[in-house]
Amino acid sequence: MASLEIKGVKKRFGTLEILKGIDIAVEAGEFLVLVGPSGCGKSTLLNMIAGLDTVSDGDLVIGGRRVNNLHPSQRDIAMVFQSYALYPNMTVGENMAFGMEMRKVPKAERDAAVRDVSKILQLDHLLDRRPSQLSGGQRQRVAMGRALVRKPKIFLFDEPLSNLDAQLRVDMRTEIKKLHLRLGVTIVYVTHDQIEAMTLATRIAVMKAGVMQQLGTPAEVYNRPANTFVAGFMGSPRMNLVPAKLQRNGDGLALEIQLDDRPKVALPLPPQPEAIRAYAGKEIIAGIRAEDIAHGPPEGPAHRSLEAVVEVTEPTGADILTILTVGGQELTARLDPDIEVRPGDKPVLHVDLAKLVCFDPKTEQRIA
Amino acid sequence: MATDWETPQMAQGSGFAWSRLVIYGLLGFLALVYLLPLVVMLLTSFKPLPEIYAGNILSLPKEWTIAPWIDAWERACVGLSCNGIKGYFWNSTKMTVLAVTLSTLIGLLNGYVLTKWKFKGADLLFGLMLFSCFIPFQIVLIPMATVLGKMGIASSTTGLVFVHVVYGLCFTTLYARNYYMAFPDELIKAAMIDGAHFFKIFWRILLPSSGPIIVVAVIWQFTNIWNDFLFGASFSTGESAPMTVALNNVVNTSTGERPYNVHMAAAMFAALPTLLVYIFGGRYFVRGLMAGSVKG
Repeated sequence: MASLEIKGVKKRFGTLEILKGIDIAVEAGEFLVLVGPSGCGKSTLLNMIAGLDTVSDGDLVIGGRRVNNLHPSQRDIAMVFQSYALYPNMTVGENMAFGMEMRKVPKAERDAAVRDVSKILQLDHLLDRRPSQLSGGQRQRVAMGRALVRKPKIFLFDEPLSNLDAQLRVDMRTEIKKLHLRLGVTIVYVTHDQIEAMTLATRIAVMKAGVMQQLGTPAEVYNRPANTFVAGFMGSPRMNLVPAKLQRNGDGLALEIQLDDRPKVALPLPPQPEAIRAYAGKEIIAGIRAEDIAHGPPEGPAHRSLEAVVEVTEPTGADILTILTVGGQELTARLDPDIEVRPGDKPVLHVDLAKLVCFDPKTEQRIA
Repeated sequence: MATDWETPQMAQGSGFAWSRLVIYGLLGFLALVYLLPLVVMLLTSFKPLPEIYAGNILSLPKEWTIAPWIDAWERACVGLSCNGIKGYFWNSTKMTVLAVTLSTLIGLLNGYVLTKWKFKGADLLFGLMLFSCFIPFQIVLIPMATVLGKMGIASSTTGLVFVHVVYGLCFTTLYARNYYMAFPDELIKAAMIDGAHFFKIFWRILLPSSGPIIVVAVIWQFTNIWNDFLFGASFSTGESAPMTVALNNVVNTSTGERPYNVHMAAAMFAALPTLLVYIFGGRYFVRGLMAGSVKG
């Protein structure tokens, strides 16, 4: 039985449809991340799961129980907010115990639960402090502690790391992941940051304008994006989406990249499935990740040499992001940081076409 | 050294600054003018009567006496009874404390509902309440008298409290609403998930953090209600009258020789509470008003 089932859930504000029918089944112990640009409806969906917003259509089922009309406190969920939402007039200990106090749990039990959780989160020495006396990271942990103490079926996180500075964000991300591994709880996590999605999730739901674009594991979403939106959204730098022509090349196909009347660049393709062969002679959008382009001559069976001119280099330390012009089209490549390249160079490069993803230029969906 | 009229600050420490002199001089003069009535009142209240008739109102008492103060408290004549103003002081205290507490509490609840439990027409309702702040109170005297009569609480302390609560609500609601607007909605959501409902959220989460705005509402209401004369004169009579009305009667009741010193002492009694509230609470008033606007 799934821990959480979102069945055909829609949300309308007047005549405006914010969520256009979402279907997700979350298994126990899963870490589901809802990711997408601002306004895609991910926070609205989370609020509906929590009970802070009403459902216009469809069903929400938690642990086999339909919860559409249940008060948030009766849904067996706990939520961690972006602004932590700690009660300013209570100490850390009282903050964590508040939920239990509302449910009339006896004091001894409350104290024991708070003690246990604060040990896990290393908050024991902070129990008597007020939220205003804590750092951002500590406040976040208290917010998580307050959620943990409830032992709910589902944990909901609403962009919890957005208020933290870059370094702290990375540290807390790892803490959350470790917590998930250690406790095996079911989590639904909302973020606009695709790196958080990739690093934390067991499954990612990419959303745009109220519609779910793809639901899959991080590897699936990264390597086999369902459409050009997912391809461009996940991964940094974004996947190169190059308009190209699929030409017949003897028995096989070749990818022809050309902008206007610049010199063509043709890449013979390794054997392709039927669906792609059907596009022979037609325009497609070729998806090539920046890390699939590297220095040196081709080595593997799917490698092809790439004629390119260096336009701009952006050293990041770990690599050099190089903007190349291939047949007039711009591509970004992630190259070895130790090999020097300068604008105007024509280095020896190859591209790994095993990872090539092709999209239909009109529907923007992946072909096969 | 030449002074700079554009930037008087730059004249600091560079010798005698004329601009400074003018500014301080003007402020000092205006402060004196403002304080003069209070000074006269105080001086007069400590003088024996012959000295008042003989002397200059600004001169210090040659003979300091607190007899006028005791007279005012114990023996001044209000209408036909001569029991001093102590009874009326107590009336004012009772009435003001009750009215302030009720109007502040209800105002806070109103602000809470208007900001955290938005319902259709909430903004319109608030607009209407705000509108009532600007009604000149003279206009409502007759309708209010009718209403109080129908409710059976005309000419009583209860009636007066009711009137003050009703007309104080617009201000307390305004303050509370503006304060709670800045209060994070996520705190309410977190409390809901924790199982707290409407009143629990108010008592446990909102109220403890409302210190600043409670101070603002209380100071404002106390000052206005204590000092009020119009409602007091219109809706209470005789023994249930507040201080302000009693004071007016004290001054009008005297026959023959007018005991100015007793009148002044009585007036000081009337003015002292609000003066003290300002002295001790004044800075919290401004702090409270600013508290909601800066994100902590």
